[in-house]
Amino acid sequence: MSLIKGETGEWEVVIGLEVHAQVSSNAKLFSGAATAFGAEPNAQVSFVDAAMPGMLPVINDYCVEQAVRTGLGLNAQINLHSVFDRKNYFYADLPAGYQISQYLQPIVGKGTVVLDMPDGSTREVGVTRLHLEMDAGKSLHDQDPRLTYVDLNRAGVALMEVVSEPDMRTSEEAGLYLKKLRSIMRYLGTCDGNMDEGSMRADVNVSVRKPGGELGTRCEIKNVNSMRFVQQAIEYEARRQIEVIEGGGAINQETRLFDSKQGTTRSMRSKEHAHDYRYFPDPDLLPLELDPAWVETIRASLPELPDAKKARFMKDYGLSSYDAGVLVGEKDTGAYYEAVAKGRDAKLASNWVTGELFGRLNKADTALADSPVSAAAVGELIDLIADNTISGRIAKDVFDEMFATGKGARAIVSEKGLTQITDTGAIETAIDQVIAANADKAEQVKAGKDALLGWFVGQVMKATGGKANPAKVNELLRAKLKN
Amino acid sequence: MALDKDKVAHIARLARIRVEDKDLAPIGKELDQILSWIEQLNEVDTADIAPMTSVVSLKLKRRADQVTDGGYPEKIVANAPAAAHGYFTVPKVIE
Repeated sequence: MSLIKGETGEWEVVIGLEVHAQVSSNAKLFSGAATAFGAEPNAQVSFVDAAMPGMLPVINDYCVEQAVRTGLGLNAQINLHSVFDRKNYFYADLPAGYQISQYLQPIVGKGTVVLDMPDGSTREVGVTRLHLEMDAGKSLHDQDPRLTYVDLNRAGVALMEVVSEPDMRTSEEAGLYLKKLRSIMRYLGTCDGNMDEGSMRADVNVSVRKPGGELGTRCEIKNVNSMRFVQQAIEYEARRQIEVIEGGGAINQETRLFDSKQGTTRSMRSKEHAHDYRYFPDPDLLPLELDPAWVETIRASLPELPDAKKARFMKDYGLSSYDAGVLVGEKDTGAYYEAVAKGRDAKLASNWVTGELFGRLNKADTALADSPVSAAAVGELIDLIADNTISGRIAKDVFDEMFATGKGARAIVSEKGLTQITDTGAIETAIDQVIAANADKAEQVKAGKDALLGWFVGQVMKATGGKANPAKVNELLRAKLKN
Repeated sequence: MALDKDKVAHIARLARIRVEDKDLAPIGKELDQILSWIEQLNEVDTADIAPMTSVVSLKLKRRADQVTDGGYPEKIVANAPAAAHGYFTVPKVIE
């Protein structure tokens, strides 16, 4: 547990998240209008979405399936009977004056998300529920000095709201929770997790208390749209609440907005009256009844999920918890690694993929899918190290060249004449030259100054253009200087 | 059930209906009468009866995930009191 120090002692931060994840589907939850991002304003709106009189919602079967699939991926209870309710509030981008959502009887009940902590340990966060609901439209406030523009393309798009238990205690845990939830949904193909396009947004509930004390009053920070902002909002909000309480004030339960430019949160006055939602069952929709056999078919079709894959990587490849966690974050990363590791040294493969490849991809701001170096090409390079054709040090230079040109490892090695010198005679010649040029230092090594031995290895490597086999250099140097 | 003036004002606000201050008390009385009439339903014992969501025994209809609608933005904004560049426009909502 990590605590924040205030004037009057230490405080514990209690965090719960409500994540809105857009269901990956072609059409909307209750209409046949398209969901694709970036269309012309109001071009993907049906009369149902615009709440024209007399229009009736008909549920999209695939969106239901996606919600069930996500629930199963969260090891959650699937409710075979669930109900759609109307959540009533007034806003310009909500044409019906209510959002169709689920309240008392959601489609998915309690589940669990396992966080992979940086020290390799794990921590469980409870999921309270997952329910299906429709998105509202989009308001643009910056197009005109006096007007707000409303685009209903998003209105009616299916969302899964995943509500967590207040189980998180630090902004880092909140970040890891989001990351894991996103990873699971991307594995399942139920949400693309693209926060830039609004496919995933979070409402963050924050309160503070003295360790072990009663829960404090919470504030809800609405619509935070990046992992970094979620963490910033929590850090700021926790400090703010501690200052208010220690200054003799009290926290009002309220909705707040995160200002990403300032890194602060502020009260959203317009939402003061918004919490009277008057939920009631939507008379246009019958209860959603699921066939248990259908749920089992979906369960049987689930892919291997990150936690299972991580456990398998640790067991089958002998990887550390941390390395395995990095490799299973995305489905294609795990597949890439397995293609490299197949029939090779698994640990070496992990080092090359997570260290050398990811490092270069990050630097070049390139996605793995666009990597100039294929898994087979990394494998070829590792084979060259394994059969002593090149040294590990030369391999890094070869990899740079592969990354820049897309050429194969073997081609680069033969083109540049980088093949490792394992011929004892050639290495001995180089060693003799270095010793002759540095007779004083050689004497010191003979007299017992072992630290200088490393310096000699370096000089010999330099003299051979890095191509000498380092193990052999070491062995021959020792033979010459230590006997 | 008795509705005081604050409650009436709150309901009016939620319904986006302007009610003058002098009308709050009379409307409260009127709503009271309606509510107590409906409250007669409470006399029926429903302890063992599951909530009913429909009077006909139908299953919820579902549709396939296919794009079959939309693509007529001009019709969507045709009845809008105000529109510009294909958007609905409303007086500025400031956060």
